[in-house]
Amino acid sequence: MRVGVVTFPGSLDERDAQRGIRLAGGEAVALWHGDHDLQGVDAVVLPGGFSYGDYLRCGAIAARSPIMTEIAAAAGKGLPVLGICNGFQMLTEARLLPGGLIRNEKGSFVCRDQRLRVESTSTQWTNAFEQGEEITIPLKNGEGGYIADAETIKRLEGEGRVTFRYLGYNPNGSIDDIAGVSNERGNVVGLMPHPEHAVEPGFGPDTTAAMRSGIDGLRIFQSALESVLA
Amino acid sequence: MPIIVVEVMPKAELLDPQGKAVAGALTRLGKPRYSAVRIGKRFELTVDGPVDDAVLAEVQEIADSLLSNSVIEDVVGITVLDEVAAGAAQ
Repeated sequence: MRVGVVTFPGSLDERDAQRGIRLAGGEAVALWHGDHDLQGVDAVVLPGGFSYGDYLRCGAIAARSPIMTEIAAAAGKGLPVLGICNGFQMLTEARLLPGGLIRNEKGSFVCRDQRLRVESTSTQWTNAFEQGEEITIPLKNGEGGYIADAETIKRLEGEGRVTFRYLGYNPNGSIDDIAGVSNERGNVVGLMPHPEHAVEPGFGPDTTAAMRSGIDGLRIFQSALESVLA
Repeated sequence: MPIIVVEVMPKAELLDPQGKAVAGALTRLGKPRYSAVRIGKRFELTVDGPVDDAVLAEVQEIADSLLSNSVIEDVVGITVLDEVAAGAAQ
């Protein structure tokens, strides 16, 4: 199972995402924003960071880079695509996911271990979870407020396409506490929190068992592996 | 060379934290009559050659597809500054 991770100018977390894929049992393949070549990968991760310095709008310029043409075409045929933070912003800018992300309601950058509820296990990135499971993974963003028009929100909720929801505290003013959404088919998922920072004991969020032992993010990558093997 | 100005604003119904912060600063500076501030973007596109309907149509397309995101923003103005006006503005 080969999972591509695209590096854009200003990407920050592509190495962490590659590490998460390896720890989940996959092979990480580095992809480049300026190429038109997906190198035959079985899934793609768009990592977090500040592509193009967040110029114009977060993810806007990266969403129009050469490799995104290939990713959009492959996603249309069912390729699993995960957008994390800036990657989520790119997926909305590329119209592969509905809605948009705006500046946090309180105006400040937020960095915290965030509790989430997995609202849907029918996507290719969440099938290794239990429905309604509560997980904790780090969140770090300045523009993570999810918005969409009322009709779109109603459709997303009705079709079970709200994939993750903030629990306990809404860090950025997202409508309906939405932390992540999927496309209709469930192969494209975007979320603001960073699963790649919760994949290895000793380096994740604190849990009641031990400091930094949280590895809830790992199953997001394992889900994609299971989807492809299934 | 002519310059085409494209103005983009966040949608009216959306919270504009930047504008809200500036409005707060105005109040603290003793200017309380300004109850709201909203912050948008102005793009200046310098055109190589004359501006005709085809160019304006293309700028409209650029404004809609790249310079703004219709989910969160509106294009509120596209205006042409001719060479003389552009020079005077500088």
